[in-house]
Amino acid sequence: MSEKKLYSYTALFNTPDEIIHAVEKVSEKGYKNYDVNTPYPVHGMDGAMKLPPSKLGYIALVLGLSGMMAGLLMTYWMSAIDYPINIGGKPIFSFPAYIPIIFEITVLFAAVGTVLAMLLFFFKLPNNSHPLHGTNYMKAVSSDKFGISIQVDDKLFVKEEVINLFKELGSTEINPVYYDEVEINYKNKIFEPKFIMFLVVAFILTSGATYVTLNKLMFMVPFDWMSNQEKVIPQSKSMFYSDGFGMRTPVEGTIARGHIPYPYKGDLEAASAMPNPLLPTKENMKLGQQKYDTFCSLCHGYHGEGDSRLRGQFPNPPSLHSEKVRNWSDGSIYHVIMEGQNIMPAYSSQLTNDEKWAVILHLRALQRSLNAKETDLQ
Amino acid sequence: MSSSLTNFGYQQKELPVKVRNIGLALLLIGLVLAVIGYFVEPVRSMFNNIILLTFIISIGLGSLFFVALEYVTGAIWSVPFRRVMEFLAATLLIVPIIALPLLFNLHDIFHWTHPEVMKTDKLLAGKAPYLNEEFFIVRFLVFAALWILFYYAITLTSKKQDSTKETKLTRRNIKISAVFIPVFALTVSFTAIDWLMTLEPHWFSTIYGVYYFSGTVLAALAAGTYAIVSLNEKGYLLKGLDKDHYYSLGALLFAFVNFWAYIAFSQFLLIWYANLPEETIWFLQRWDGSWKYISILLMIVQFLVPYFGLLSQPSKKDGKKLKFFAVWILAAHYIDLYWLAMPTFSKEGFVLGWIELAYPILAVGIVVLVFSLKSKKSNFVAIGDPKLKRGIEFKL
Ligand code: HEC
Repeated sequence: MSEKKLYSYTALFNTPDEIIHAVEKVSEKGYKNYDVNTPYPVHGMDGAMKLPPSKLGYIALVLGLSGMMAGLLMTYWMSAIDYPINIGGKPIFSFPAYIPIIFEITVLFAAVGTVLAMLLFFFKLPNNSHPLHGTNYMKAVSSDKFGISIQVDDKLFVKEEVINLFKELGSTEINPVYYDEVEINYKNKIFEPKFIMFLVVAFILTSGATYVTLNKLMFMVPFDWMSNQEKVIPQSKSMFYSDGFGMRTPVEGTIARGHIPYPYKGDLEAASAMPNPLLPTKENMKLGQQKYDTFCSLCHGYHGEGDSRLRGQFPNPPSLHSEKVRNWSDGSIYHVIMEGQNIMPAYSSQLTNDEKWAVILHLRALQRSLNAKETDLQ
Repeated sequence: MSSSLTNFGYQQKELPVKVRNIGLALLLIGLVLAVIGYFVEPVRSMFNNIILLTFIISIGLGSLFFVALEYVTGAIWSVPFRRVMEFLAATLLIVPIIALPLLFNLHDIFHWTHPEVMKTDKLLAGKAPYLNEEFFIVRFLVFAALWILFYYAITLTSKKQDSTKETKLTRRNIKISAVFIPVFALTVSFTAIDWLMTLEPHWFSTIYGVYYFSGTVLAALAAGTYAIVSLNEKGYLLKGLDKDHYYSLGALLFAFVNFWAYIAFSQFLLIWYANLPEETIWFLQRWDGSWKYISILLMIVQFLVPYFGLLSQPSKKDGKKLKFFAVWILAAHYIDLYWLAMPTFSKEGFVLGWIELAYPILAVGIVVLVFSLKSKKSNFVAIGDPKLKRGIEFKL
């Protein structure tokens, strides 16, 4: 059996006012290594003990700010880098939408982190033995008494003086507390292998149990009914047809809805007789400009002057303001859009019929802007 | 027992005459400028008058709410300076006077007061049962009457207790307060809707009342904090009011700064997300031209600066800092109301001239004068309150 050592002298009081008064006196006398134990937090104790403001606030601040950065980076990375998806026409990274998320993560980091920091650094948690544990003193202060304990390792500790002080303060019970050195470990044991092993085992057990519950015991097949339909999908094989192809070519002579076959293939002469079915209304002009800017302007320039934006990657086309094109009928231009001309590719499938005619309206307007008719000037 | 012992050593002290004179001077300067303003630019003046009205309601009604809250929750820490909030609540008494010029000029301010518009505009026609002059005026008069009624009911009971020291008066005030709080909730919402939201009668936001409420409580708390800290420093209140009381006031201010930002952002987020033209127009107006700077200023002034200023524990215990941020927040609330009301008057960009400066001067004058008149020959401390002793000894 090892020798019991003196840890501290304790005194018990009956009311919170008495303990506050006692603590004020004790801290006035200059004692440093003492502690107060009460059944519930007594208001004003910090002041009486002359404790400096807790450092926990700074930990919370740092953790909160890290949470904020983490939230910002997470939302940014997810929505702008990893999986950019257009939601309701909003910008890819829409900050207002992420403020609630960033806020929640800030709070989460700060709250959980602060509690953990408190347990680990302030309560030195894995260390679960303290000389005061299991004493009558502890029993009393965890029910209805208010206690103070001045430790032997305080510089000013003199047994008789401490006892006298307690008596003066009117304590009902003054007792020494002894402890067994082997039982106490003052060191912070977070990094002790045993504790780390405990954390690892706890981690494996909880994550394993979660995995098994969610993926095995409670597993439900994801709803994929919509993608598993009995239908032929592109490129798939079909046993129904003798040639085994799932995709079929349309029956000869089939005409797609809304598609009118072009009768003047390779015949500019005949095409030139086609009239423009569209009137130069505001909407048509607007449509024409929009489509021209999208499909034609990159080679012909926004104003049809042949100032290509392709920087020589493709031969510059001639100006559309030439005598020749000005005198062409709308039908002829339509023919060029349909079939292309020399190195200009055809735009038959990119533009609908109406859009082609609208582009021609716009082209005419461009031409008139440089070569106005006499009547335009009136 | 000598009377000074039963009264916790409280010695009644009058505010120096200087305070009242300053209040009177500011009020007169503001009033003269406002009257001249009315003849130069009547419509603009009336919009400023709305800001003044809602600002004074904020301080008066918010203070009364604070008093009622103390009674209902049985709060202890605020008892030693509850009387200061009661004095501030007296500003409610002159609310009808401030509203008077507005009631005669409704046509210049509110689009919906024109019957021909209400008939032809389909959307407004649907709101006609609520939005009509008669009902509007009746609503306002009823609200003002209720406020003044509750103001007298609560403060007179509280004052009576100074001499009788009866506990039953506290109990009576708890009951009155419990009735007042729902009345407060409804009247503050409808006041916000009536005087501010209907400036744009087509637009609506269901959180608008709460938005104004958050500003109301914030402004009242700020005015109260400034008065309480100043009075305490000059020895008008009981000895023993200290860091713990300051901290609680500061924490409440800080909480309501956050609450305001939370509500303001909630209103913005939903409207921004849904992106419906009939709702976004209100924010777009406030993002148009130079209004953008006021919108940005508001976020900084009413949230970011006081947030970081009051974040740390020591700053909430520092009387000087508390006073600074109290004034700051009052100014922020004024800007907030300006931001709510003024864009309807000048759509192109914000206006800032001598008229806009006259009204805040008038507002400060009103509050200071009412406070000093109300506190005359009265105790600054509710010396008969049974919770007073515990209130002074309050520790965090
Ligand atoms: C990839 C570049 C390119 C695009 C895009 C393009 N063009 Fe052309 N276009 C040319 C070139 C190059 C020529 C001259 C072809 C040649 O050598 O005859 C030309 C010629 C023409 C001509 C005949 C001009 C003439 O003097 O013979 C017309 C009309 C014309 N384009 C209209 C259009 C219209 C309308 C569009 C939009 C639907 C369009 N182009 C889109 C490159 C383009």
